[in-house]
Amino acid sequence: MTTDGPVTAELEADAERAESRRGLFLALPSYIYLLFLFALPLLIIGVYSFASRSRTGMPKLEAWNLDSITKLFTDDLIRSIFARSLIVAILTTAFCLLVGYPFAYYIATRSEKTRNILLVFVMIPFWTNFLVRTYAWRVLLGEDGLITELGRFLNLWDSMLFTLPAVYIGLVYGYLPFMVLPLYAAIERLDWSLVEAARDLYASGWVAFRRVTLPLTKQGIIAGSILVFIPSLGAYVTPDILGGAKTTLIGNYVVNQFLTARNWPLGSSVSMAIMVVMLIATIWYFRSGAKTL
Amino acid sequence: MTTRDGSALTRRLDRILKGHAWFVYLFFYLPILVLIVFSFNESRFFTWEALSLRWYRQMFANDNLMAALWASLQVAAVSTVISTALGTAAALALERYKRFLGKRTFDALLYLPVIIPDVTMAAMLLVFFTSLGRQLSITTIVLSHIAFNISFVSIVVRARLANLDPALEEAAADLYAGRWQAFRKITLPLIMPGVLGGALLALTLSLDDVVITQFVKGPDTLPTFVFGLIKRGVTPEINAVSTLMLTASVVLVLGSLALQRRN
Repeated sequence: MTTDGPVTAELEADAERAESRRGLFLALPSYIYLLFLFALPLLIIGVYSFASRSRTGMPKLEAWNLDSITKLFTDDLIRSIFARSLIVAILTTAFCLLVGYPFAYYIATRSEKTRNILLVFVMIPFWTNFLVRTYAWRVLLGEDGLITELGRFLNLWDSMLFTLPAVYIGLVYGYLPFMVLPLYAAIERLDWSLVEAARDLYASGWVAFRRVTLPLTKQGIIAGSILVFIPSLGAYVTPDILGGAKTTLIGNYVVNQFLTARNWPLGSSVSMAIMVVMLIATIWYFRSGAKTL
Repeated sequence: MTTRDGSALTRRLDRILKGHAWFVYLFFYLPILVLIVFSFNESRFFTWEALSLRWYRQMFANDNLMAALWASLQVAAVSTVISTALGTAAALALERYKRFLGKRTFDALLYLPVIIPDVTMAAMLLVFFTSLGRQLSITTIVLSHIAFNISFVSIVVRARLANLDPALEEAAADLYAGRWQAFRKITLPLIMPGVLGGALLALTLSLDDVVITQFVKGPDTLPTFVFGLIKRGVTPEINAVSTLMLTASVVLVLGSLALQRRN
């Protein structure tokens, strides 16, 4: 028995090493793929943020400098576009939450059969092509579109196309399902006996909602908000189709720097800045106790 | 929900919630329905004239559009197959193996493509391909789509694996099933709904993508082509293409739901 100990320990270590080799073997293809087609490109634009712009628009690395980085903080145009994008992203998230919460609450409190049917009708827009859904609003908000006609009939608004309200409508429409689904999941999981207990202790409906239901569904609120905030901040398609020259958002600015103005160093530094904001938002989300997106 | 407190107030609140829900459904579906209806309109304008398939005929006769559709299908098929295989293997590695070299870095690396904004990913891939001196082509589109799809597939498959009872696989091992046999006969069938769900998500994301494709494209895909058309103005032909794309999405969703129900 005494000689048995070290031998089994060694065997165990061997088995563990073999296990770990098998794990690495499974991970390796995607590991290598992401290192080359994700980590490396990310590193390159990080480096390009410090490059200077050559006459062809391609970055020159010999004369590296902080121009593109300082421009982020000093250039009035970039600053105002960045500020506008942040406000748009925050307000879009707030609108989605205000519309989405009561909606998800309604679905989650139906009978199981009704719930499933109602949910399918949320899944369909969720999976439907984003470009097509944005284009639909171009039609509705256009010169002779249904919503424009309605506004004229009520004497309240004219064609909103190419204005900021059109961009808001498009973004809320596009990202509302991302808010509703996590909210639904959180409300559906809720232990209703806790709400009932609050009511038994003479809490009014509103107090029970604010002190029990809302804190217990916090995880869904945060998950939905992150899922709406991130794509809204980087939005390019929606402002491009529904917005105008005065509603340029940071996503349009980046695309413009790369595909039209051909200032790659500046485009690189702005896109890195967007990414930093996203990372902060995401880290804050995981800090709040979430384990997965 | 509690029905004990069936007061008038609760009932009124419920009615308000119901009204709100119908309003949200109207918001979801009105734009889509308007598109579909007007794609069958004879007139070029948004006033109803007569039922017609004119714009569908025009769509199928448009060679550029058909070429873009074909490119889209090729990109979606190839990138879905590859990213599903890679993403599933990655999910198995992370969920079933306690540690291996660089596991934590790999885990973080796998999350990043999901949270990175489209424009940043598009920019960095363009810069990457150009600095390699690669000609932008359909291959660069496929490579880029795989890069963002691996992560989405692995998240879906991991969720499925996490809910599985490892005892099932252990039981197979106890019954002297080989590793490969246990995987093929036990694990794979059990995670299949997750794998198919991941593949469906990859397929949808590939068919949806405008921003990244716009940067790394050689030939147009259907979304980048349609995006170009939209920027030039609204035409009934775009309504017809949109209806076609909508139908494809709905068929995919309902197909996946039917699949889930069977499992």
